[in-house]
Formats: sequence, C-alpha cells, structure tokens
Amino acid sequence: MSLLIYAESADGKFKKVAFELASYAKKVAESLGTTVTAVTVNAGNVSELSKYGVDKVLKVSNDKLNNFNAKAFADVVEQAAQKEGAKVILLSSTTDSLYMAPLVAVGLDAGFASNVVGLPLSTSPFQVKRNAFSNKAFNITEINTDVKVLSLAKNSYGLVESNAAAVEEDFAPSLNDADFNVKVESVEKTTGKVTIADADVVVSGGRGLKGPENWGILEDLAGVLGAATACSKPVSDLGWRPHSEHVGQTGKPVAANLYVAVGISGAIQHIAGINSSKVKVVINTDADAPFFKVADYGIVGDALEILPRLTQKLKEFKTQNA
Amino acid sequence: MKILVCISHVPDTTSKINFVNGDTEFDTNGVQYVINPNDEFGLTRAIWFQEQQGANVTVVNVGGADAEATLRKALAIGANEAIRVNATPTDGFFVAKQLAEVAKSGGYDLIICGRESLDYNGGMVPGMLASLLDYNFVNSCAEITINGTSAKAAREIDGGKETISAALPLVIGGQKGLVEEKDLRIPNMRGIMTARTKVLTVLEPVAANINTKAVKFEKPAPKSAVKLFAADDLDGLINALHNEAKVI
Ligand SMILES: Cc1cc2nc3c(=O)[nH]c(=O)nc-3n(C[C@H](O)[C@H](O)[C@H](O)COP(=O)(O)OP(=O)(O)OC[C@H]3O[C@@H](n4cnc5c(N)ncnc54)[C@H](O)[C@@H]3O)c2cc1C
Repeated sequence: MSLLIYAESADGKFKKVAFELASYAKKVAESLGTTVTAVTVNAGNVSELSKYGVDKVLKVSNDKLNNFNAKAFADVVEQAAQKEGAKVILLSSTTDSLYMAPLVAVGLDAGFASNVVGLPLSTSPFQVKRNAFSNKAFNITEINTDVKVLSLAKNSYGLVESNAAAVEEDFAPSLNDADFNVKVESVEKTTGKVTIADADVVVSGGRGLKGPENWGILEDLAGVLGAATACSKPVSDLGWRPHSEHVGQTGKPVAANLYVAVGISGAIQHIAGINSSKVKVVINTDADAPFFKVADYGIVGDALEILPRLTQKLKEFKTQNA
Repeated sequence: MKILVCISHVPDTTSKINFVNGDTEFDTNGVQYVINPNDEFGLTRAIWFQEQQGANVTVVNVGGADAEATLRKALAIGANEAIRVNATPTDGFFVAKQLAEVAKSGGYDLIICGRESLDYNGGMVPGMLASLLDYNFVNSCAEITINGTSAKAAREIDGGKETISAALPLVIGGQKGLVEEKDLRIPNMRGIMTARTKVLTVLEPVAANINTKAVKFEKPAPKSAVKLFAADDLDGLINALHNEAKVI
C-alpha cells in the first residue's frame, strides 16, 4: 500500500504545509510498511523534501501549470497515484488543495476525509479523526474504499525531520484541453504581507478597536511579531478591513500557533474559526467577554492604551533575545 | 437560465454541540436548523439573477422530512420550486451522487452550492458534484456574473483573489461575497403565503456507495482557565508567552 503526497509550492518554493504533510506521510507510511512518494509541480529544489522523509519525488515541469487549476492539478495527482499504485493520497488544507481534493477523490473512486487532525487511529479498518461542527467537535471517520484521499488540517501535526535521500524522477502527465476550461484571467495578491493562511502568528482586531484609524497600532504589533492581521466579521462588514481578513465560521479559519484577539467579544461564530489555534491571547475591556473562556492568557484593559506599550516591550524583548 | 441551488440543512451557528447513543449521533434535542450560511449567500445571488436577468431557481436538499421547513423558507425567499431527495445524508459522496442525478434530469445551467456546510465541514460536495457531471467548477466563489453562456467569477485564494472565466454549465462552491450579509433575504409575509402553493417534489434516492462513515464523535477536552495579567504587567505576559507557551 504505497502513499502519495502532493507537495504544494508557490513561485518554485515549497509551502510550509508541504513539509508538514511530508512529516505526517512518513509516519503513516511507517505504520503501513511502505514509502512516501511526493508529486511536485514546477517546484525548484525538491531535495528539501528528503529532510522530512520523502523517498521519491515525481517532478512535473509544465508552464501551463504556472497558475493553479483544480482540474489540471487533479489530473496530475491522479496520474501520479496510478503510476505509483498509491492507495493513500495525502493533501494539505490550503484553498488550492481543498479545491482539487474532491475531484481527485471522484477520479480515483476514493473515499475522502478532510480536516484530518491526527494519525490514523486504525489502518484496518482505516479510521481517522477529523474536525467537524466548525471545530466544536471531532468526528472519527472510517474510509471504506480501496483508495483513500485525506487532507490534513494545518498545524495539526507539525514538522518532524527524518533523513531520507529522495530519488528524483521527471514526470510528464498527459493533460488535455478540457483541463483548462476554467481559465484564470488574473490574480491579485496582497503583496508584502504575511497571509492568514500561512501565518504562525495572527493578530486580530474587533469592533473594540473603535475605527479603522486605530488599525495602525494593531499593525505595529503584528509587525514586531511577524504576524498576519485579521479581524472579526463586523469589522469587515463595516469596511474597516478587507473581507479577506475576516476570521470565523463564515470567514477564514485560523490554525496559528499564537492568536492575539484584541477588542473581540468572542462570539461563538468567531471562536469557531480559531479553535484550532494553539495559544490564544485576549485583550478586552470587558472582563466578562466570552473570549476569556477560551483564552490561555488575557489582559482586561483598553486596547488603545495597551497595544502601543506591548509593541514597545516586545521590541525590547526581541532585541535582547535576538 | 435554469439555476439549481443546493441547500444544506444545518444546526444554527449558536447550537450546543452534543452527542448521544454512545457518541455515535448528533444530539438534535433543542437544536434549531437553518439554511447553511454559505448556501444562503448563493440562494440570494440566485434570486438576484431571477429578478435582474430572468432565471428559474430550483432549490434541492438531500434529507429527511424535517428539512422541508428549510426548503419552504428558501421558497419563501423566492425560489420557484423545491426538490427533496428522501434520504439521510450519510456522506459527501452520497449527497453529491443524489444531487448529480437531480441535476442531470433538470438540465441546469448553473449549480450553486456552498463552499462547505457548517456541520460536517467536509467541503467536498460541490467538487464531487462537478466531477460527477463533468461540469466546470469554481470553488470558494466570492463573485459571479453570467453573460449568455459564459460566467465570470472571482475566487478567494490564500492571500488574494483570482478572476476566472468559464463556460456554462458550471458548478460553484459559493461563500460570502456572492452577496453581502446585509443583502441576505428574509422571507416576508407575501413570500411565506406564496411558498405554500409552490411545488415541493420528493424523490427517492439512487443507489450509491458509502465511501466514508462517521463512526463516532468526540468533544475537545475541557481547557484550563485563562491566566490573567494586569494591564501594567506586560512583562508577565511576554514572559509567559516565551517561557511557558514557547510561542515567541
Ligand atoms: C450566521 C452568523 C455567522 C457569523 N460568522 C462570523 C464569523 O465568521 N466571524 C465573526 O467574527 N463573527 C461572525 N458572526 C458575528 C458574531 O456573532 C459577532 O457579532 C462578532 O464576532 C462580534 O465581533 P466583535 O467581537 O468584533 O464586536 P463586538 O461584539 O462589538 O465586541 C467588541 C468587543 O470589544 C471590546 N472592547 C470595546 N472597546 C475596547 C477597547 N478599547 N479595548 C479592548 N476591548 C474593547 C468589547 O468589550 C467587546 O467584547 C456571525 C454571526 C452570524 C449570525
């Protein structure tokens, strides 16, 4: 029972989730007594994958695949799986990977489990634990098909190094015109900033920040922490921040190592989006704000007064601990 | 234009999540069900197409008789007709298979699903449906316009936005952005009255493999109480984040 991962890259560089997926795959492969093959698309230095236990890399180089295209990428993964005789196909939980995952599953007649948060609880029957009910519960799912597709929730396994020397092989899957029926006309990237999806630290502001004119102090804090900025839903509804920053059940999920919530009440729909973040810090004037119930650390106080001081203190801390 | 809007009937976002029967089933006791929020954006967008450029809007749900209240609500909001496939939605593939069957016989130009439903969070039905039908597919769709037989759409990507064009028939996994929250429709009295006379067809399911099965549920372990620091003890907080939580 061999195992295939799709190692996601952007501009030729692997995303951190690719290394997390490889780490996870290595462990699953061990329990199945098999090896890990990765398929890459227009990635640069694929030897980096070895460090996380990948034994073989199928390298696809094709200019037509410079932009992500779900159908074409699903074709690549399916053909790689067929070539390797892979019974388990592992994908990340990025927007792109989740876009193609159901296509891969149908293409390979495979059962699909998304949001997987840990190693299989059993491999026969094949059972995995996954997030459900907007992270308010876990669901143990059994996959009954011969071929299985799993997508791993971000930051749910971590990076584990192991030494393998990956064999590299060029791979040219056959793509057809129909793969490109959905055309990407243009891509607008929020440049120069850490995005919520990639960030290990997220600093998020709510209506308690009073207005867009106060976002500077939040950005300063994010700057010193190397964090992405985010917000609650009313903040984006009011147009203080772009919709792409809205976190929660109807917004983006955040699985960061550190989530700092400033002036956010902690409504259940907001919490649903941040439950899988590891450490939560809350700053709020209201000691009864529900957010304190789910937080690890908190300060009851005025954000407008605390943030500048916190940023200054962190700067000093960083210089001392550099 | 014929539009099919796939509606998932889910616990209201503030519901308490509990399980019964040895943690094998969701506890529906006291739970209010609603139109899945991602689907609600899609439904409103479909009604706009109906009002602004002419479209016939059918809503469909795979579920038990209890889901009919949710379908009636969609009819009250303005959908022309409703279909319920009479089956328990056991897994994403099963649901996609039923929807594909409905879609094939209806000849729809545009099929609107929500990006994911907020109960099982599978995020798989729209893509599987597109795949089974071999239709074009746009996921995380946050804008869409239709001109004749072609669509322009925008998709949210990690750290930005992508503009896409595709021919109909098309399946989208929709979300906020298709319309703004403030524009979501709520049924008015007239809508509720006319909904009673609209057609709600009940179909029996087709056979489908059960690829995955939810065998058990668990709740996260209760967490320890928050550690509070005084507003003038920021050093205490930084120290805890560094030495205890090890995140800075
Ligand atoms: C179907 C549905 C889906 C939803 N989805 C989402 C979602 O995805 N994401 C989301 O965020 N919300 C969502 N909501 C909205 C959610 O219920 C809350 O309304 C929202 O999260 C509240 O945002 P807030 O905490 O920023 O604002 P408020 O509720 O106004 O709270 C502001 C907080 O700031 C504090 N504060 C005020 N002044 C200061 C100060 N100077 N310093 C420090 N603290 C201060 C207050 O004590 C308060 O706790 C959804 C709602 C529904 C019905």
